[in-house]
Amino acid sequence: MSTDGTAMNDLLARLDHVTRRFGDVTALDDVSLDIRPGQIVGMLGPNGAGKSTLLTLVQGLRRASSGTVELFGGSPQDARNRRLLGCTPQATALPETLKVGEVVDFVGAHFESPVPRDELLAEFGLTELERKQTGALSGGQKRRLSVALAFVGRPKLVLLDEPTTGLDVDARRVLWDAIRSQHDRGATVVITSHYLEEIEQLAERVVVIDRGRVLEDDSLGNVLGRVSLRRLTLESDFIAAIGELPGVVGLETGPAGLSTLYSQDSDALVARLVTSGIPFRNLSVRGATLEEAFLTLTERETV
Amino acid sequence: MSAVNLTFVHAKYSLLETARVPIAVISALAFPALSLLFFVVPQRAVAENPLWATQAVISLSVFAVLANSLFSFGLGIAENREKPWDPYLRTLPAPGISRVLGHLFSTGAIAIAAIIPVVVLGALFTAAEASWWRVLLGLVALAASALPFMLLGICIGYSMPAKAAIAVVQVVMFGLAFGGGLFLPPEIFPDWLESISRFLPSRHAREIVVWAVQGGELETWAWVGWLCWTAVTLTAALVLFRRDEGRRYR
Repeated sequence: MSTDGTAMNDLLARLDHVTRRFGDVTALDDVSLDIRPGQIVGMLGPNGAGKSTLLTLVQGLRRASSGTVELFGGSPQDARNRRLLGCTPQATALPETLKVGEVVDFVGAHFESPVPRDELLAEFGLTELERKQTGALSGGQKRRLSVALAFVGRPKLVLLDEPTTGLDVDARRVLWDAIRSQHDRGATVVITSHYLEEIEQLAERVVVIDRGRVLEDDSLGNVLGRVSLRRLTLESDFIAAIGELPGVVGLETGPAGLSTLYSQDSDALVARLVTSGIPFRNLSVRGATLEEAFLTLTERETV
Repeated sequence: MSAVNLTFVHAKYSLLETARVPIAVISALAFPALSLLFFVVPQRAVAENPLWATQAVISLSVFAVLANSLFSFGLGIAENREKPWDPYLRTLPAPGISRVLGHLFSTGAIAIAAIIPVVVLGALFTAAEASWWRVLLGLVALAASALPFMLLGICIGYSMPAKAAIAVVQVVMFGLAFGGGLFLPPEIFPDWLESISRFLPSRHAREIVVWAVQGGELETWAWVGWLCWTAVTLTAALVLFRRDEGRRYR
Protein backbone atom coordinates (compact mmCIF):
# COMPACT_ATOMS: atom_id res chain seq x y z
CA MET A 1 0.00 0.00 0.00
CA SER A 2 1.29 3.42 -0.92
CA THR A 3 1.16 6.19 1.64
CA ASP A 4 0.84 8.73 -1.16
CA GLY A 5 -2.93 9.21 -1.48
CA THR A 6 -2.90 10.84 -4.91
CA ALA A 7 -0.83 8.08 -6.42
CA MET A 8 -3.34 5.49 -5.24
CA ASN A 9 -6.23 7.40 -6.76
CA ASP A 10 -4.37 7.59 -10.03
CA LEU A 11 -4.25 3.83 -10.48
CA LEU A 12 -6.35 2.72 -13.42
CA ALA A 13 -6.22 -0.93 -12.54
CA ARG A 14 -4.64 -2.91 -9.77
CA LEU A 15 -4.13 -6.59 -9.08
CA ASP A 16 -3.21 -7.48 -5.53
CA HIS A 17 -1.94 -11.02 -4.93
CA VAL A 18 -4.39 -12.41 -7.46
CA THR A 19 -4.69 -16.14 -8.04
CA ARG A 20 -7.11 -17.69 -10.50
CA ARG A 21 -7.64 -21.42 -10.82
CA PHE A 22 -9.66 -23.40 -13.36
CA GLY A 23 -10.24 -26.73 -11.68
CA ASP A 24 -6.76 -27.93 -10.79
CA VAL A 25 -5.03 -25.67 -13.34
CA THR A 26 -3.62 -22.46 -11.88
CA ALA A 27 -3.83 -19.84 -14.64
CA LEU A 28 -2.58 -16.96 -12.48
CA ASP A 29 -0.43 -17.51 -9.43
CA ASP A 30 -0.19 -14.68 -6.87
CA VAL A 31 0.09 -11.85 -9.40
CA SER A 32 0.41 -8.22 -8.28
CA LEU A 33 0.38 -5.48 -10.88
CA ASP A 34 -0.40 -1.73 -11.02
CA ILE A 35 -1.50 0.02 -14.19
CA ARG A 36 -0.85 3.77 -14.02
CA PRO A 37 -2.01 6.41 -16.48
CA GLY A 38 0.04 7.38 -19.49
CA GLN A 39 1.88 4.23 -20.42
CA ILE A 40 1.63 1.63 -23.11
CA VAL A 41 2.20 -1.61 -21.26
CA GLY A 42 3.22 -4.60 -23.32
CA MET A 43 2.37 -7.98 -21.91
CA LEU A 44 4.53 -10.77 -23.25
CA GLY A 45 4.30 -14.48 -22.71
CA PRO A 46 3.91 -17.77 -24.53
CA ASN A 47 0.48 -19.28 -25.22
CA GLY A 48 -1.31 -20.32 -22.07
CA ALA A 49 0.90 -18.11 -19.88
CA GLY A 50 -2.11 -16.42 -18.28
CA LYS A 51 -2.17 -13.11 -20.22
CA SER A 52 -5.75 -13.46 -21.40
CA THR A 53 -6.93 -14.68 -18.01
CA LEU A 54 -5.41 -11.55 -16.48
CA LEU A 55 -7.29 -9.33 -18.94
CA THR A 56 -10.62 -11.09 -18.35
CA LEU A 57 -10.24 -10.44 -14.61
CA VAL A 58 -9.70 -6.70 -15.22
CA GLN A 59 -12.70 -6.67 -17.60
CA GLY A 60 -14.91 -8.18 -14.92
CA LEU A 61 -15.62 -11.28 -17.00
CA ARG A 62 -14.13 -13.57 -14.40
CA ARG A 63 -13.55 -13.38 -10.68
CA ALA A 64 -10.26 -14.03 -8.93
CA SER A 65 -10.07 -17.24 -6.90
CA SER A 66 -8.23 -15.17 -4.29
CA GLY A 67 -6.77 -11.68 -4.06
CA THR A 68 -8.39 -8.46 -5.28
CA VAL A 69 -8.77 -6.90 -8.71
CA GLU A 70 -9.64 -3.21 -8.90
CA LEU A 71 -10.65 -1.15 -11.91
CA PHE A 72 -10.77 2.65 -11.40
CA GLY A 73 -10.76 2.02 -7.68
CA GLY A 74 -13.74 -0.34 -7.61
CA SER A 75 -14.93 -3.77 -8.66
CA PRO A 76 -14.67 -4.48 -12.40
CA GLN A 77 -17.92 -6.44 -12.02
CA ASP A 78 -19.78 -3.18 -11.43
CA ALA A 79 -20.81 -1.72 -14.80
CA ARG A 80 -20.19 1.85 -13.56
CA ASN A 81 -16.49 1.11 -13.14
CA ARG A 82 -16.26 0.04 -16.78
CA ARG A 83 -17.35 3.41 -18.22
CA LEU A 84 -13.76 4.39 -19.01
CA LEU A 85 -12.60 0.95 -20.10
CA GLY A 86 -12.18 0.01 -23.75
CA CYS A 87 -11.88 -3.60 -24.91
CA THR A 88 -11.75 -5.43 -28.23
CA PRO A 89 -13.95 -8.35 -29.20
CA GLN A 90 -12.19 -11.21 -30.96
CA ALA A 91 -12.29 -10.37 -34.66
CA THR A 92 -14.19 -13.56 -35.44
CA ALA A 93 -16.85 -12.60 -32.89
CA LEU A 94 -18.46 -9.62 -34.62
CA PRO A 95 -22.21 -10.17 -35.21
CA GLU A 96 -22.24 -11.12 -38.88
CA THR A 97 -25.61 -9.68 -39.81
CA LEU A 98 -25.00 -6.19 -38.40
CA LYS A 99 -23.39 -3.51 -40.57
CA VAL A 100 -20.10 -1.86 -39.61
CA GLY A 101 -21.79 1.46 -38.81
CA GLU A 102 -24.42 -0.30 -36.71
CA VAL A 103 -21.84 -2.15 -34.62
CA VAL A 104 -20.05 1.15 -33.93
CA ASP A 105 -23.33 2.82 -32.95
CA PHE A 106 -24.36 -0.12 -30.77
CA VAL A 107 -21.14 -0.11 -28.79
CA GLY A 108 -20.98 3.70 -28.74
CA ALA A 109 -24.48 3.88 -27.22
CA HIS A 110 -23.01 2.53 -23.99
CA PHE A 111 -20.81 5.55 -23.40
CA GLU A 112 -21.44 9.11 -22.32
CA SER A 113 -19.72 10.95 -25.17
CA PRO A 114 -18.78 8.44 -27.86
CA VAL A 115 -16.46 9.36 -30.71
CA PRO A 116 -18.66 10.29 -33.72
CA ARG A 117 -19.03 7.33 -36.04
CA ASP A 118 -17.47 9.02 -39.11
CA GLU A 119 -14.47 10.18 -37.14
CA LEU A 120 -13.76 6.74 -35.69
CA LEU A 121 -14.26 4.94 -39.01
CA ALA A 122 -11.96 7.40 -40.79
CA GLU A 123 -9.20 6.98 -38.23
CA PHE A 124 -9.18 3.21 -38.62
CA GLY A 125 -9.61 3.29 -42.39
CA LEU A 126 -13.12 1.85 -42.34
CA THR A 127 -15.11 4.68 -43.93
CA GLU A 128 -15.82 2.82 -47.16
CA LEU A 129 -17.06 -0.22 -45.25
CA GLU A 130 -19.69 1.55 -43.15
CA ARG A 131 -22.65 -0.06 -44.93
CA LYS A 132 -21.20 -3.56 -45.19
CA GLN A 133 -22.32 -6.38 -42.93
CA THR A 134 -19.41 -7.47 -40.75
CA GLY A 135 -19.73 -11.01 -42.12
CA ALA A 136 -18.52 -9.64 -45.49
CA LEU A 137 -15.28 -8.13 -44.13
CA SER A 138 -11.82 -9.58 -44.63
CA GLY A 139 -9.79 -10.76 -41.65
CA GLY A 140 -7.77 -7.55 -41.52
CA GLN A 141 -10.86 -5.36 -41.78
CA LYS A 142 -12.56 -7.25 -38.97
CA ARG A 143 -9.46 -6.82 -36.86
CA ARG A 144 -9.39 -3.07 -37.50
CA LEU A 145 -13.08 -2.76 -36.59
CA SER A 146 -12.51 -4.75 -33.38
CA VAL A 147 -9.69 -2.47 -32.30
CA ALA A 148 -11.68 0.64 -33.29
CA LEU A 149 -14.49 -0.50 -30.96
CA ALA A 150 -12.12 -0.32 -28.00
CA PHE A 151 -11.73 3.42 -28.56
CA VAL A 152 -15.32 4.45 -29.32
CA GLY A 153 -16.09 5.44 -25.71
CA ARG A 154 -13.03 7.72 -25.27
CA PRO A 155 -11.61 5.30 -22.70
CA LYS A 156 -8.84 6.04 -20.23
CA LEU A 157 -7.74 2.42 -20.14
CA VAL A 158 -7.69 0.20 -23.20
CA LEU A 159 -7.01 -3.54 -23.14
CA LEU A 160 -5.91 -5.04 -26.46
CA ASP A 161 -5.55 -8.81 -26.57
CA GLU A 162 -3.27 -9.71 -29.48
CA PRO A 163 -4.70 -7.01 -31.76
CA THR A 164 -2.61 -7.79 -34.84
CA THR A 165 -2.24 -11.57 -34.81
CA GLY A 166 -2.58 -12.87 -38.36
CA LEU A 167 -2.24 -9.48 -40.06
CA ASP A 168 0.27 -8.67 -42.78
CA VAL A 169 2.99 -6.10 -42.14
CA ASP A 170 1.18 -3.14 -43.74
CA ALA A 171 -2.07 -3.76 -41.92
CA ARG A 172 -0.14 -4.13 -38.68
CA ARG A 173 1.53 -0.75 -39.16
CA VAL A 174 -1.81 0.97 -39.83
CA LEU A 175 -3.12 -0.39 -36.55
CA TRP A 176 0.02 0.54 -34.65
CA ASP A 177 -0.25 4.13 -35.89
CA ALA A 178 -3.88 4.29 -34.80
CA ILE A 179 -3.06 2.87 -31.37
CA ARG A 180 -0.16 5.31 -30.95
CA SER A 181 -2.27 8.32 -31.90
CA GLN A 182 -4.98 7.24 -29.44
CA HIS A 183 -2.32 6.93 -26.78
CA ASP A 184 -1.07 10.44 -27.57
CA ARG A 185 -4.58 11.67 -26.87
CA GLY A 186 -4.43 10.27 -23.36
CA ALA A 187 -5.44 6.60 -23.44
CA THR A 188 -3.41 4.16 -21.39
CA VAL A 189 -3.01 0.94 -23.32
CA VAL A 190 -2.31 -2.61 -22.17
CA ILE A 191 -1.43 -4.80 -25.12
CA THR A 192 -0.69 -8.52 -25.19
CA SER A 193 1.31 -9.95 -28.03
CA HIS A 194 3.34 -12.83 -29.36
CA TYR A 195 5.38 -10.46 -31.47
CA LEU A 196 8.52 -9.04 -29.97
CA GLU A 197 8.52 -6.46 -32.77
CA GLU A 198 5.05 -5.26 -31.84
CA ILE A 199 6.05 -4.77 -28.23
CA GLU A 200 9.26 -3.02 -29.33
CA GLN A 201 7.25 -0.65 -31.53
CA LEU A 202 4.61 0.27 -29.00
CA ALA A 203 5.40 -0.49 -25.40
CA GLU A 204 7.24 1.59 -22.82
CA ARG A 205 6.87 -0.87 -19.99
CA VAL A 206 6.96 -4.62 -20.44
CA VAL A 207 5.46 -7.30 -18.23
CA VAL A 208 6.61 -10.85 -18.96
CA ILE A 209 4.26 -13.59 -17.81
CA ASP A 210 4.85 -17.30 -17.86
CA ARG A 211 2.90 -20.11 -16.21
CA GLY A 212 0.73 -17.64 -14.37
CA ARG A 213 3.59 -15.72 -12.78
CA VAL A 214 5.08 -12.32 -13.52
CA LEU A 215 8.72 -12.98 -14.44
CA GLU A 216 9.67 -9.43 -15.40
CA ASP A 217 8.09 -6.01 -14.96
CA ASP A 218 10.45 -3.37 -16.22
CA SER A 219 11.17 -0.78 -18.90
CA LEU A 220 11.25 -1.98 -22.50
CA GLY A 221 15.03 -1.69 -22.86
CA ASN A 222 15.83 -3.65 -19.72
CA VAL A 223 13.46 -6.49 -20.55
CA LEU A 224 14.60 -6.75 -24.15
CA GLY A 225 18.18 -7.12 -23.00
CA ARG A 226 17.17 -10.07 -20.89
CA VAL A 227 14.88 -11.94 -23.27
CA SER A 228 16.60 -11.31 -26.58
CA LEU A 229 18.64 -14.36 -27.55
CA ARG A 230 20.69 -15.31 -30.60
CA ARG A 231 20.19 -18.69 -32.18
CA LEU A 232 23.21 -20.50 -33.63
CA THR A 233 23.01 -23.68 -35.70
CA LEU A 234 26.06 -25.76 -36.59
CA GLU A 235 27.27 -29.30 -37.12
CA SER A 236 29.99 -30.78 -34.99
CA ASP A 237 31.14 -34.19 -33.76
CA PHE A 238 32.02 -32.64 -30.42
CA ILE A 239 28.73 -30.91 -29.67
CA ALA A 240 28.80 -31.79 -25.97
CA ALA A 241 32.06 -29.90 -25.57
CA ILE A 242 30.62 -26.88 -27.37
CA GLY A 243 27.64 -26.95 -25.01
CA GLU A 244 30.07 -26.57 -22.10
CA LEU A 245 31.42 -23.26 -23.42
CA PRO A 246 30.59 -20.18 -21.29
CA GLY A 247 27.73 -18.11 -22.75
CA VAL A 248 25.65 -21.06 -24.00
CA VAL A 249 22.22 -20.88 -22.35
CA GLY A 250 20.50 -23.60 -24.35
CA LEU A 251 21.45 -26.58 -26.50
CA GLU A 252 19.33 -28.81 -28.70
CA THR A 253 20.69 -31.62 -30.85
CA GLY A 254 18.54 -31.97 -33.92
CA PRO A 255 18.38 -34.67 -36.63
CA ALA A 256 21.22 -35.17 -39.16
CA GLY A 257 23.84 -33.89 -36.74
CA LEU A 258 22.53 -30.31 -36.85
CA SER A 259 22.58 -28.69 -33.40
CA THR A 260 21.05 -25.48 -32.11
CA LEU A 261 22.64 -23.25 -29.47
CA TYR A 262 21.16 -20.22 -27.74
CA SER A 263 23.24 -17.38 -26.40
CA GLN A 264 22.74 -13.79 -25.30
CA ASP A 265 25.98 -12.69 -26.97
CA SER A 266 26.55 -14.69 -30.14
CA ASP A 267 29.64 -12.70 -31.17
CA ALA A 268 31.49 -13.57 -27.99
CA LEU A 269 30.38 -17.20 -28.25
CA VAL A 270 31.60 -17.55 -31.84
CA ALA A 271 34.94 -16.02 -30.84
CA ARG A 272 35.25 -18.54 -28.00
CA LEU A 273 34.23 -21.39 -30.29
CA VAL A 274 36.92 -20.50 -32.80
CA THR A 275 39.71 -20.07 -30.22
CA SER A 276 38.73 -23.36 -28.52
CA GLY A 277 39.77 -25.22 -31.66
CA ILE A 278 36.76 -27.56 -31.58
CA PRO A 279 35.96 -28.52 -35.19
CA PHE A 280 32.54 -27.48 -36.55
CA ARG A 281 30.76 -26.92 -39.90
CA ASN A 282 27.88 -24.91 -41.39
CA LEU A 283 27.57 -22.22 -38.70
CA SER A 284 24.65 -19.85 -39.05
CA VAL A 285 23.41 -17.18 -36.63
CA ARG A 286 20.05 -15.42 -36.39
CA GLY A 287 17.91 -13.75 -33.76
CA ALA A 288 15.84 -16.18 -31.73
CA THR A 289 12.08 -15.71 -31.96
CA LEU A 290 10.32 -14.62 -28.85
CA GLU A 291 8.94 -18.08 -28.32
CA GLU A 292 12.37 -19.68 -28.60
CA ALA A 293 13.73 -17.12 -26.17
CA PHE A 294 10.97 -17.87 -23.69
CA LEU A 295 11.27 -21.62 -23.95
CA THR A 296 15.03 -21.46 -23.41
CA LEU A 297 14.88 -18.97 -20.56
CA THR A 298 12.08 -20.68 -18.69
CA GLU A 299 13.65 -24.12 -19.09
CA ARG A 300 16.86 -22.80 -17.65
CA GLU A 301 15.00 -21.51 -14.62
CA THR A 302 13.29 -24.79 -13.82
CA VAL A 303 16.43 -26.91 -14.24
CA MET B 1 -26.30 6.10 -20.30
CA SER B 2 -29.15 5.06 -18.04
CA ALA B 3 -30.15 1.43 -17.61
CA VAL B 4 -33.51 2.17 -19.30
CA ASN B 5 -31.90 3.63 -22.43
CA LEU B 6 -29.44 0.76 -22.61
CA THR B 7 -32.33 -1.71 -22.35
CA PHE B 8 -33.83 -0.25 -25.52
CA VAL B 9 -30.44 -0.16 -27.24
CA HIS B 10 -29.98 -3.88 -26.59
CA ALA B 11 -33.56 -4.67 -27.64
CA LYS B 12 -33.14 -2.69 -30.86
CA TYR B 13 -29.93 -4.38 -31.99
CA SER B 14 -31.16 -7.82 -30.96
CA LEU B 15 -34.26 -7.30 -33.15
CA LEU B 16 -32.13 -5.95 -35.97
CA GLU B 17 -29.88 -9.01 -35.83
CA THR B 18 -32.88 -11.37 -35.89
CA ALA B 19 -34.58 -9.44 -38.69
CA ARG B 20 -31.51 -9.83 -40.92
CA VAL B 21 -32.16 -13.59 -41.01
CA PRO B 22 -35.68 -13.52 -42.54
CA ILE B 23 -36.31 -17.26 -42.30
CA ALA B 24 -36.03 -17.14 -38.49
CA VAL B 25 -38.64 -14.41 -38.30
CA ILE B 26 -40.97 -16.02 -40.82
CA SER B 27 -41.00 -19.41 -39.09
CA ALA B 28 -41.57 -17.81 -35.70
CA LEU B 29 -44.49 -15.86 -37.16
CA ALA B 30 -46.01 -18.66 -39.23
CA PHE B 31 -45.82 -21.65 -36.88
CA PRO B 32 -48.67 -20.76 -34.46
CA ALA B 33 -50.96 -19.60 -37.29
CA LEU B 34 -50.39 -22.85 -39.20
CA SER B 35 -51.15 -24.86 -36.05
CA LEU B 36 -54.49 -23.12 -35.83
CA LEU B 37 -55.26 -23.78 -39.51
CA PHE B 38 -54.33 -27.47 -39.32
CA PHE B 39 -55.50 -28.50 -35.88
CA VAL B 40 -58.38 -26.26 -34.87
CA VAL B 41 -60.13 -25.03 -38.02
CA PRO B 42 -60.82 -28.55 -39.43
CA GLN B 43 -62.40 -29.71 -36.13
CA ARG B 44 -65.81 -28.19 -36.71
CA ALA B 45 -67.16 -29.22 -33.27
CA VAL B 46 -64.56 -26.93 -31.71
CA ALA B 47 -64.34 -24.32 -34.44
CA GLU B 48 -68.10 -23.67 -34.51
CA ASN B 49 -68.50 -23.35 -30.74
CA PRO B 50 -67.73 -19.71 -29.78
CA LEU B 51 -66.57 -20.57 -26.22
CA TRP B 52 -64.29 -23.46 -27.24
CA ALA B 53 -63.01 -21.79 -30.37
CA THR B 54 -62.04 -18.68 -28.42
CA GLN B 55 -60.26 -20.79 -25.82
CA ALA B 56 -58.48 -22.73 -28.57
CA VAL B 57 -57.23 -19.47 -30.11
CA ILE B 58 -56.09 -18.31 -26.66
CA SER B 59 -54.36 -21.62 -25.90
CA LEU B 60 -52.44 -21.53 -29.19
CA SER B 61 -51.49 -17.91 -28.57
CA VAL B 62 -50.10 -18.88 -25.18
CA PHE B 63 -48.28 -21.78 -26.84
CA ALA B 64 -46.82 -19.39 -29.43
CA VAL B 65 -45.45 -17.19 -26.69
CA LEU B 66 -44.23 -20.19 -24.69
CA ALA B 67 -42.36 -21.69 -27.65
CA ASN B 68 -40.93 -18.33 -28.74
CA SER B 69 -39.74 -17.46 -25.26
CA LEU B 70 -38.14 -20.80 -24.47
CA PHE B 71 -36.37 -21.05 -27.82
CA SER B 72 -35.30 -17.43 -28.09
CA PHE B 73 -34.00 -17.28 -24.53
CA GLY B 74 -33.04 -20.85 -23.73
CA LEU B 75 -31.35 -21.67 -26.99
CA GLY B 76 -30.39 -18.11 -27.95
CA ILE B 77 -28.54 -17.42 -24.72
CA ALA B 78 -26.89 -20.83 -24.61
CA GLU B 79 -25.60 -20.29 -28.16
CA ASN B 80 -24.47 -16.73 -27.48
CA ARG B 81 -22.51 -17.83 -24.45
CA GLU B 82 -20.45 -20.02 -26.74
CA LYS B 83 -19.68 -17.13 -29.12
CA PRO B 84 -17.00 -14.62 -28.19
CA TRP B 85 -19.23 -11.60 -29.00
CA ASP B 86 -21.20 -12.17 -25.83
CA PRO B 87 -18.23 -11.89 -23.45
CA TYR B 88 -17.28 -8.70 -25.26
CA LEU B 89 -20.71 -7.19 -24.61
CA ARG B 90 -20.22 -8.02 -20.95
CA THR B 91 -17.14 -5.77 -20.83
CA LEU B 92 -19.29 -2.77 -21.87
CA PRO B 93 -20.65 -0.57 -19.09
CA ALA B 94 -24.19 -1.96 -19.20
CA PRO B 95 -25.74 -3.38 -16.03
CA GLY B 96 -26.91 -7.00 -16.27
CA ILE B 97 -30.55 -6.01 -16.01
CA SER B 98 -30.35 -3.96 -19.24
CA ARG B 99 -29.16 -6.92 -21.25
CA VAL B 100 -31.77 -9.26 -19.75
CA LEU B 101 -34.63 -6.78 -20.28
CA GLY B 102 -33.42 -5.87 -23.77
CA HIS B 103 -33.60 -9.50 -24.84
CA LEU B 104 -36.99 -9.74 -23.11
CA PHE B 105 -38.45 -6.86 -25.13
CA SER B 106 -37.10 -8.03 -28.48
CA THR B 107 -38.49 -11.55 -27.96
CA GLY B 108 -41.75 -10.07 -26.73
CA ALA B 109 -42.08 -8.01 -29.89
CA ILE B 110 -41.63 -11.07 -32.11
CA ALA B 111 -44.01 -13.13 -29.98
CA ILE B 112 -46.71 -10.46 -30.18
CA ALA B 113 -46.22 -10.32 -33.94
CA ALA B 114 -46.73 -14.09 -34.03
CA ILE B 115 -50.04 -13.80 -32.15
CA ILE B 116 -51.64 -11.37 -34.59
CA PRO B 117 -52.16 -13.88 -37.46
CA VAL B 118 -53.55 -16.41 -34.93
CA VAL B 119 -56.12 -13.92 -33.73
CA VAL B 120 -57.00 -12.80 -37.27
CA LEU B 121 -57.34 -16.37 -38.60
CA GLY B 122 -59.33 -17.31 -35.49
CA ALA B 123 -61.76 -14.46 -36.15
CA LEU B 124 -62.12 -15.31 -39.84
CA PHE B 125 -62.36 -19.11 -39.82
CA THR B 126 -63.72 -20.08 -36.40
CA ALA B 127 -66.58 -18.95 -34.21
CA ALA B 128 -64.09 -17.41 -31.77
CA GLU B 129 -65.36 -14.04 -30.66
CA ALA B 130 -64.36 -11.17 -28.44
CA SER B 131 -64.81 -7.42 -28.59
CA TRP B 132 -61.77 -5.42 -29.71
CA TRP B 133 -60.98 -4.14 -26.24
CA ARG B 134 -61.19 -7.70 -24.86
CA VAL B 135 -58.65 -8.79 -27.49
CA LEU B 136 -56.40 -5.91 -26.47
CA LEU B 137 -56.80 -6.83 -22.81
CA GLY B 138 -55.95 -10.42 -23.75
CA LEU B 139 -52.71 -9.31 -25.43
CA VAL B 140 -51.68 -7.38 -22.33
CA ALA B 141 -52.50 -10.40 -20.17
CA LEU B 142 -50.53 -12.58 -22.57
CA ALA B 143 -47.49 -10.33 -22.35
CA ALA B 144 -47.59 -10.39 -18.56
CA SER B 145 -48.25 -14.11 -18.33
CA ALA B 146 -45.32 -14.81 -20.66
CA LEU B 147 -42.79 -13.40 -18.16
CA PRO B 148 -42.16 -16.72 -16.38
CA PHE B 149 -41.60 -18.47 -19.76
CA MET B 150 -38.99 -15.95 -20.80
CA LEU B 151 -37.27 -16.03 -17.42
CA LEU B 152 -37.35 -19.83 -17.44
CA GLY B 153 -35.69 -19.70 -20.87
CA ILE B 154 -33.00 -17.40 -19.46
CA CYS B 155 -32.34 -19.86 -16.62
CA ILE B 156 -31.97 -22.72 -19.12
CA GLY B 157 -29.72 -20.65 -21.36
CA TYR B 158 -27.36 -19.71 -18.57
CA SER B 159 -27.18 -23.11 -16.93
CA MET B 160 -26.25 -25.43 -19.81
CA PRO B 161 -24.49 -25.64 -23.18
CA ALA B 162 -26.50 -25.16 -26.39
CA LYS B 163 -26.73 -28.85 -27.27
CA ALA B 164 -28.27 -29.66 -23.90
CA ALA B 165 -30.49 -26.58 -24.09
CA ILE B 166 -32.15 -27.78 -27.34
CA ALA B 167 -33.25 -30.99 -25.64
CA VAL B 168 -34.30 -29.39 -22.37
CA VAL B 169 -36.24 -26.60 -24.12
CA GLN B 170 -38.24 -29.14 -26.13
CA VAL B 171 -39.06 -31.33 -23.14
CA VAL B 172 -40.04 -28.32 -21.03
CA MET B 173 -42.05 -26.80 -23.88
CA PHE B 174 -44.15 -29.88 -24.62
CA GLY B 175 -44.50 -30.78 -20.95
CA LEU B 176 -45.80 -27.31 -20.14
CA ALA B 177 -47.99 -27.18 -23.25
CA PHE B 178 -49.76 -30.49 -22.55
CA GLY B 179 -49.82 -30.12 -18.78
CA GLY B 180 -51.08 -26.55 -19.03
CA GLY B 181 -54.01 -27.47 -21.26
CA LEU B 182 -52.71 -25.64 -24.34
CA PHE B 183 -53.22 -28.58 -26.71
CA LEU B 184 -56.14 -30.33 -24.99
CA PRO B 185 -58.64 -28.38 -22.85
CA PRO B 186 -58.13 -28.96 -19.09
CA GLU B 187 -61.85 -29.77 -18.75
CA ILE B 188 -61.13 -33.28 -20.04
CA PHE B 189 -58.13 -33.81 -17.67
CA PRO B 190 -58.35 -36.62 -15.07
CA ASP B 191 -58.21 -35.38 -11.47
CA TRP B 192 -54.52 -36.16 -10.90
CA LEU B 193 -53.46 -34.28 -14.03
CA GLU B 194 -55.69 -31.36 -13.09
CA SER B 195 -53.93 -31.12 -9.69
CA ILE B 196 -50.50 -31.03 -11.32
CA SER B 197 -51.70 -28.65 -14.01
CA ARG B 198 -52.63 -26.02 -11.43
CA PHE B 199 -48.96 -25.67 -10.48
CA LEU B 200 -47.72 -25.08 -14.03
CA PRO B 201 -47.03 -21.56 -15.37
CA SER B 202 -48.55 -22.51 -18.73
CA ARG B 203 -51.87 -23.26 -17.01
CA HIS B 204 -51.69 -19.98 -15.08
CA ALA B 205 -51.02 -18.12 -18.32
CA ARG B 206 -53.96 -19.82 -20.05
CA GLU B 207 -56.35 -19.03 -17.18
CA ILE B 208 -55.22 -15.40 -16.96
CA VAL B 209 -55.66 -14.78 -20.68
CA VAL B 210 -59.02 -16.63 -20.80
CA TRP B 211 -60.16 -14.46 -17.91
CA ALA B 212 -58.98 -11.29 -19.65
CA VAL B 213 -60.74 -12.17 -22.89
CA GLN B 214 -63.90 -14.00 -21.76
CA GLY B 215 -64.37 -12.48 -18.33
CA GLY B 216 -65.70 -14.49 -15.39
CA GLU B 217 -63.89 -15.48 -12.23
CA LEU B 218 -60.07 -15.65 -12.01
CA GLU B 219 -59.11 -18.40 -9.59
CA THR B 220 -56.74 -17.33 -6.83
CA TRP B 221 -54.27 -20.14 -7.60
CA ALA B 222 -53.87 -18.82 -11.12
CA TRP B 223 -52.55 -15.34 -10.31
CA VAL B 224 -50.76 -16.37 -7.11
CA GLY B 225 -49.08 -19.15 -9.09
CA TRP B 226 -48.08 -16.68 -11.82
CA LEU B 227 -46.64 -14.32 -9.22
CA CYS B 228 -44.63 -17.13 -7.57
CA TRP B 229 -43.22 -18.39 -10.87
CA THR B 230 -42.27 -14.87 -11.92
CA ALA B 231 -40.52 -14.13 -8.62
CA VAL B 232 -38.66 -17.45 -8.50
CA THR B 233 -37.54 -17.42 -12.15
CA LEU B 234 -36.52 -13.75 -11.98
CA THR B 235 -34.35 -14.41 -8.94
CA ALA B 236 -32.82 -17.50 -10.49
CA ALA B 237 -32.18 -15.68 -13.80
CA LEU B 238 -30.38 -12.80 -12.07
CA VAL B 239 -28.27 -15.15 -9.96
CA LEU B 240 -27.31 -17.26 -13.00
CA PHE B 241 -26.57 -14.14 -15.04
CA ARG B 242 -24.23 -12.69 -12.42
CA ARG B 243 -22.48 -15.99 -11.86
CA ASP B 244 -21.99 -16.63 -15.56
CA GLU B 245 -18.48 -16.46 -16.97
CA GLY B 246 -19.28 -17.80 -20.43
CA ARG B 247 -19.04 -21.41 -21.43
CA ARG B 248 -16.68 -23.45 -19.30
CA TYR B 249 -14.71 -26.25 -20.87
CA ARG B 250 -13.19 -28.95 -18.74
